[in-house]
Amino acid sequence: MTPTLATIFVPRDSGALSLGADRVAAAIAAEAARRAIAIELVRNGSRGLYWLEPMVEVATAGGARVAYGPVGSADVPSLFDAVFLTNDPAAHPLAQGPVEQIPYLARQRRMVFARMGVTDPLALDDYITHGGFRGLARALELSGAAIVAEITRANLRGRGGAAFPAGIKWKTTLEQADPVKYVVCNADEGDSGSFADRMLMEGDPFLLIEGLAIAGLAVGAVQGFIYLRSEYPHALRTLTAAIATARERGYLGSSVCGGGRAFDLEIVVGAGSYICGEETAMLESLEGKRGMVRFKPPVPAVAGLFGRPTVVNNVVTLASVPAILEHGGEAYNQLGIGRSRGTIPLQLAGNVARPGLVEAPFGLTLRELIHDFGGGTRSGRPLRAVQVGGPLGAYFPAAMLDLPIDYEAMAEAGGLLGHGGVVVFDDTVDLARMARYAMEFCALESCGKCTPCRIGSTRGAELLDRVIRARGDGANLQLLRELCDTMAAGSLCALGGLTPTPVLSALKHFPEDFGLAAAPT
Amino acid sequence: MDSSETWDKDAVAAIVAALKPAPGALMRILRRVQDELGWVPPPALPMIAHELNLSRAEVHGVATFYHDFRHAPPGRNVIRLCRAESCQALGAEALADHVRARLGVGFGETSADRAFTLEPVYCLGNCACSPAGVINGNPLGRLTPARFDDALERLLRR
Repeated sequence: MTPTLATIFVPRDSGALSLGADRVAAAIAAEAARRAIAIELVRNGSRGLYWLEPMVEVATAGGARVAYGPVGSADVPSLFDAVFLTNDPAAHPLAQGPVEQIPYLARQRRMVFARMGVTDPLALDDYITHGGFRGLARALELSGAAIVAEITRANLRGRGGAAFPAGIKWKTTLEQADPVKYVVCNADEGDSGSFADRMLMEGDPFLLIEGLAIAGLAVGAVQGFIYLRSEYPHALRTLTAAIATARERGYLGSSVCGGGRAFDLEIVVGAGSYICGEETAMLESLEGKRGMVRFKPPVPAVAGLFGRPTVVNNVVTLASVPAILEHGGEAYNQLGIGRSRGTIPLQLAGNVARPGLVEAPFGLTLRELIHDFGGGTRSGRPLRAVQVGGPLGAYFPAAMLDLPIDYEAMAEAGGLLGHGGVVVFDDTVDLARMARYAMEFCALESCGKCTPCRIGSTRGAELLDRVIRARGDGANLQLLRELCDTMAAGSLCALGGLTPTPVLSALKHFPEDFGLAAAPT
Repeated sequence: MDSSETWDKDAVAAIVAALKPAPGALMRILRRVQDELGWVPPPALPMIAHELNLSRAEVHGVATFYHDFRHAPPGRNVIRLCRAESCQALGAEALADHVRARLGVGFGETSADRAFTLEPVYCLGNCACSPAGVINGNPLGRLTPARFDDALERLLRR
């Protein structure tokens, strides 16, 4: 048998697929066959360096993995020449050097995304070789209360947007006497500009399964649900296969790892509703109903899915749990600034030269993220605005880029960190139109339960149409401010309550787009 | 509803029978009907309501709440374009104008020859490769009018 000359990695991540990764993989297999070169082709997750996707990595015997990108299928013959015929594979025009040394990656602190792009997402042995299931092993030796204590010590806050301390949710559910409890993973990553959850589910699904199993052991739940948005069919396929493998190998089922405690998982797919990312609307949807937001209290930790105590956490939150158990809550708590502890996977998108995933301890500034990592705008035009935290997040001007990325600093600046999405705009953006879009989106996605959101968003979009037609009309702008005040103060949940954030921040920082005098810089 | 639109009653009945015992069965049933038939035929709703012992109003309410559930059959090819902020920052509006003109349909419409349905989507999680879209389930990134036309050509050649 011919010895394998190289292992070649081509991502299976849907972002890479959207740029032709499957065609590149097919071309590589065909080229290897044509040259009678024995290779192993691995479909890994994405490293998150999306401007280089499809990014192909080549590992020759004993050598480091060398990256090439962005690779098209037409580049494959020259890539083979460089790798297998010359002594200098780095001479290829698409060569990026050893992947771990690419500054974008080398300057990150990857904890949750440590395995991302390194492994074959569905190879369970790969997962174990790279440190998987160590957190679960430790959790199996601990009582529920001791697991919760580690999460509390870590100061882990919900990464889905609300930043609520996970330890408090878990403790509340643990203390309920009800014999039936649930764990629900919020995988309805609806915030535009966000893709960390998708990458994790496609690229390291066992990590989420491990986090959920630990949550189940902690609070005494035997059944978990993953509420997955329908826009993520690749994540659905990968997670479905990973859950089946985990079950076969005894990591899920009637006795997790033979420890005698049961936990199993089921995926439920949503149907294109943004509001179902709000935890109580999600529970309604899981119960088969319209995704209508519930009044709180009771909080889900006390009375959640089917009225039972339920822990609801986002994908990244749950995926942060295994490392916390493995290394201890205190080690996690050492990272970060202020009350934002640990690392945050930031998602850099929009008009930026190097979009992608940047995991770092809290405290990085927007400027470091956008300029040092992102390389400025893709168009080369001046950066004008940055929206942080999804469709309910504020628009900040270029003058505010020294803001540190943490929950409190963002709130103090009139915005929010949300799910960690950062979208960059150049100077062609019209903030009055973006404000109108915020209202339009709220109108499309409002569940309709409360009036300020249901009616306010539609009136807001109409009002902004008038503002755009007659910029500078003070009466319209005054009405807009009053409407925003009503929505912010009177809405039941964050959708209606926070839609004024992008609108008012646009008006405050970019008044010239609304026909007012420019803000002093 | 166009009376010429037929739907597979047996398929829906089989889905209902299979998923009826599941917790939160109604969503799962509608989801599966949508996935298998490509739409949720309004005349199927009374049957689902009867089987689940729910009111027709309740089933109608759920079926019309969620954007995914189509109330008419889609065209042979379904094209979805992201209209959210990151894609807007890189020309999604101009791309949308091009696609509408190219296909001769607006968002939420199916062409007269039933070849295309164009749908808006608010984030595909592919924001790092904006503007993003999907043709018949195949993700597309860094779309330009020219790249969209190439992808469409590949599709039509198949």
